[in-house]
Amino acid sequence: MLEWLYLIPLLPLISALLLVALYAILPRLIVILLGVGCLTLAALLTALVGWEFYQAGAEPVRVLLFNWLPLTTAPINVSLYLDQLSMLMMAVVTGVGWPIHWYAASYMARDKDVQRFFVYMNLFVFAMLMLVLSDNLVLLYLGWEGVGLCSFLLIGFWQKQAENVKAAKKAFVVTRVGDTALMIALLMLFAEFGSLSIPAILHSDLSINENTLWWIGLLLLGGAVGKSAQLPLQTWLPDAMAGPTPVSALIHAATMVTAGVYLVARMHPLFEPQILTLIAWVGALTLVLAGLSALVQTDIKRVLAYSTMSQIGYMFLGLGAMAYDSAIFHLMTHAFFKALLFLTAGTIILKLHHQQDMRKMGGIFRKLPLTSAFLLIGLLALVGMPGTAGFFSKEAILAATWQADTAGPLLWCIALFGVLLTSLYSFRLLFMVCLGQPNHSYQPQEYSAASQWVLPLWVLALLSLAGGWIAPDFGRVFTAGQAGHLAWYLQWLPVAVTLLGLLLVWCQFSRSGGAIPHRLHQWLQDGLGFDWLYNKLLVQPLGCVARVNKADILESPYRFVAWLNLSINQLLVLTQNGRVRWYLYATLAGCFVMLGGLLW
Amino acid sequence: MVALSSLIWCPVLLGILSWLAERRLRGAGNWVTLGALVLLLFVSFYLGAMGDSFVSLSWFSRFNIHFTLFYDGLAQLMVVMTLLLAMLALLVSWREIDRRHGFFHFNLMFSVAGINGVFLAADLFLFFLCWEAMLLPMTALILIWGHENRRYAAIKFFIFTQVSGLLMLLSIIALALFHQHSQGSLSFSLNELQYLDLPIDVQFWLMLGFFIAFAVKLPSVPFHTWLPDAHTQAPTAGSVLLAGILLKTGAYGLIRVLLPLFPEAAMSFAPVAVTLGVISIVYGALMAFSQTDFKRLVAYSSISHMGFILLALFSWQAIALQGAVLVMVAHGISSAGLFCVAGMLQHRLQSRELGEMGGLWASAPRMATVTLVFVMAGIGLPGLANFNGEFLSLLGSFAVYPLHAVAATLAIVGSALYGLRLFQRTFQGPVHTEVEDLQGRELLFCGLLVLALVYFGVQPHLILEASAASLDKLSALASFSEVRP
Repeated sequence: MLEWLYLIPLLPLISALLLVALYAILPRLIVILLGVGCLTLAALLTALVGWEFYQAGAEPVRVLLFNWLPLTTAPINVSLYLDQLSMLMMAVVTGVGWPIHWYAASYMARDKDVQRFFVYMNLFVFAMLMLVLSDNLVLLYLGWEGVGLCSFLLIGFWQKQAENVKAAKKAFVVTRVGDTALMIALLMLFAEFGSLSIPAILHSDLSINENTLWWIGLLLLGGAVGKSAQLPLQTWLPDAMAGPTPVSALIHAATMVTAGVYLVARMHPLFEPQILTLIAWVGALTLVLAGLSALVQTDIKRVLAYSTMSQIGYMFLGLGAMAYDSAIFHLMTHAFFKALLFLTAGTIILKLHHQQDMRKMGGIFRKLPLTSAFLLIGLLALVGMPGTAGFFSKEAILAATWQADTAGPLLWCIALFGVLLTSLYSFRLLFMVCLGQPNHSYQPQEYSAASQWVLPLWVLALLSLAGGWIAPDFGRVFTAGQAGHLAWYLQWLPVAVTLLGLLLVWCQFSRSGGAIPHRLHQWLQDGLGFDWLYNKLLVQPLGCVARVNKADILESPYRFVAWLNLSINQLLVLTQNGRVRWYLYATLAGCFVMLGGLLW
Repeated sequence: MVALSSLIWCPVLLGILSWLAERRLRGAGNWVTLGALVLLLFVSFYLGAMGDSFVSLSWFSRFNIHFTLFYDGLAQLMVVMTLLLAMLALLVSWREIDRRHGFFHFNLMFSVAGINGVFLAADLFLFFLCWEAMLLPMTALILIWGHENRRYAAIKFFIFTQVSGLLMLLSIIALALFHQHSQGSLSFSLNELQYLDLPIDVQFWLMLGFFIAFAVKLPSVPFHTWLPDAHTQAPTAGSVLLAGILLKTGAYGLIRVLLPLFPEAAMSFAPVAVTLGVISIVYGALMAFSQTDFKRLVAYSSISHMGFILLALFSWQAIALQGAVLVMVAHGISSAGLFCVAGMLQHRLQSRELGEMGGLWASAPRMATVTLVFVMAGIGLPGLANFNGEFLSLLGSFAVYPLHAVAATLAIVGSALYGLRLFQRTFQGPVHTEVEDLQGRELLFCGLLVLALVYFGVQPHLILEASAASLDKLSALASFSEVRP
């Protein structure tokens, strides 16, 4: 079974290629069957491969497919590497990707571009699998850029609206800033280690020049923050919600945005303590800032987008605290409950005729009890209620943060504040959407519990509730972190804070009315002014240079030469005026000059 | 021997034949030219199967000038690419040419002859002759079949190439005289001149003559300003040949002539050349982002891509040299593809302005898809051919010029900026206008270009094996001349 590993990424690729080749020929049903079917098969194969992998004692497996770049010293191959980390990532991609594809089949069935949609989605899954399975950094970069392309195409999927197109461009360009850092890191790694194979780098002698290692770590982090929407490259994610909702669930919540977390975890031996502290701070700041922004959003998808950013902040905090296993664990549980949240939000949005504004929702619970129940499950997991999946993973990160040398109690306090924020925005969302009086005139009908719209949600809801018991083992990838227990009150403080948040929202909701000053509200809603800053600092100057220098300033010397020649030409033409007298005088003058020259 | 030289004289003869055929029967020229190119392709493959071949005939014995041709893997690679892209140029202008059809075919074939000559010549006099010969038909192509501002563009192109060619001629003559001075006889043979021992300062000035000629052709900033005009005003066939092949003659000249003849001088000049390469990369991308004309944007992006070749060649590392050759081939395919799309759009819309396009995906999804692939290849998406070349160039040059290589990575963002501008302004956004989608012939050649990009993106071995022998020789030269910075 293990030798069939390559089939798992290959299946979505084949499906995508088939769908491109047979564009506008296949009937809708076949398109959907192909698009979802390949993912189903891939998920099944993942289960089989996983079974065998763990049966064999979780020994790392390498599957060499073919040579790509024949460098004489260190050939770069297309080869897959399966260890406990990539096994889990592969399981998340196919395991969460499958219900999302299934849901998307219903969601997109009436769209006239459903075939194009599944091309992008399948291509995305292929690229994401290459990213997590690759055994060298160049192939990882292939997946990295591939998911970026698919994200671009899917954000701009409804490409007739100018703002979608703009959001797609923003996502691609901002993440490419991070990609540049990653590329430089690759160049440095190759210069230092003479190879880009991940196992070779990680198993080689890391006692190289500390300064170089510091730079490599910083640049890898640069790549990671771009893809994972962390400070300072986080601005693209809220706009990315322009894509269809299943896309937001798959790419901008469950898989692609966590690629940065995967990268850091994968390359973790390269990070110096200083860089780890930096990672922890990036995560902590992002989780608070994103939480604050989420607090005042009115668009339900933007709340979830900021929440994603904030949750990835927790993962970064975990990575910075050297709790790599907890960070990846949170990555997994987050994929479950955030996918669930996005998909239920998608259902609600569709039921209210494409209404995304939460102020115009309300009272959904009575109309759509099942969907609301799913929403509640997702939110409880998000805030980390004991028993849900989110509880275990977030608790593990918080505990590690308190104890780690690279993090510490200060960061723990910030993270605790983040827990409060999470609780506030989550229950605000729940109350605004589900409770109170309906602020709309629609009469939505609930789906039956066995409808194609609901079945995928059952899967995700189950995982959100019970996913915490999956407890993956990373013993062969990460060295075990410091064992030890926190005092019981430190352990239970986050839960208390969450309940406090619930209480606060309850009071606020029953009182109703904005308590925050308008300017502050606007500032938070706009994502703390980063867009404004980048616009002033980068976008506008660049546009200005582009406008001013459209005609290319380097052209001017050549233009000058041309102008000079033409001018001389015109001057000389003046002498050719057809008057014999002039010519006579000119000839005489010439003779005099020459004679004078001779005599003198 | 006949077969090898036929790569040069055959296109001329067949070009005349096609001219005559077109005068007899309207439309026959297309088929004759196509047949001729296929025939030449067979000849070049036949020669390739025979291994390296060499021809030398005495020509002007008084000056010791020989008609010397040398055909190895690298030359074959370039010749085959020339023929294939000429075929593409023919296919894309199958119905687009509206006047003087016969003469068009003659010019197309004549430029193929000149370009082949440049790739095959192993005698500097012959090299210069072909260098000038390929200029004439190309100027004619721009001047006769070009767009609104064609006269200006053609004259500019001609003057730039002519003046820089003159500098090269001076260097060639000086080299021959130096050979006479030390060895007793004039020589133009590339092989003999390699063993000429010159003082370093003389080497430097002679090298500069070649460098300017090649840097104009490549083109590198600040000698690039002829290119946007020439590309924009040329007919589609001209743009395809210009971007696909003509620019590569500059790179080929660097590989075949400049670096082997003046290794020490090139080494000491390398920091300047590498800096020019990086400036070209960044400035080209910035200028491409500034444009609103489809073809002008692609033209500036070519400058950016050619900067990678300059960076790679002058860093003179085995990996970087491989990268340079890969960029030559990959850029030939992807930019030719983009110019084809530009031509097809202009044929349909009578405009190249991005502002007048928009939302074309709705009416032309196939065209949008192939353009997406070309654009993504251009901005260096891994898995497509250009990435391999640019990545290896960076990987190799980082070892010797780390700061330059880091500056060159700015192209990752820069190319995304102009690439997305090009793609989104034409095919996405509100529907502005409608066009006919790709049909039959167009779909065929666009599909083949896409396949080529994907194939070489995953399997670059064919290109690397073909060029391996030449590049090994070049790498070996680098290890002899120990003037590393």
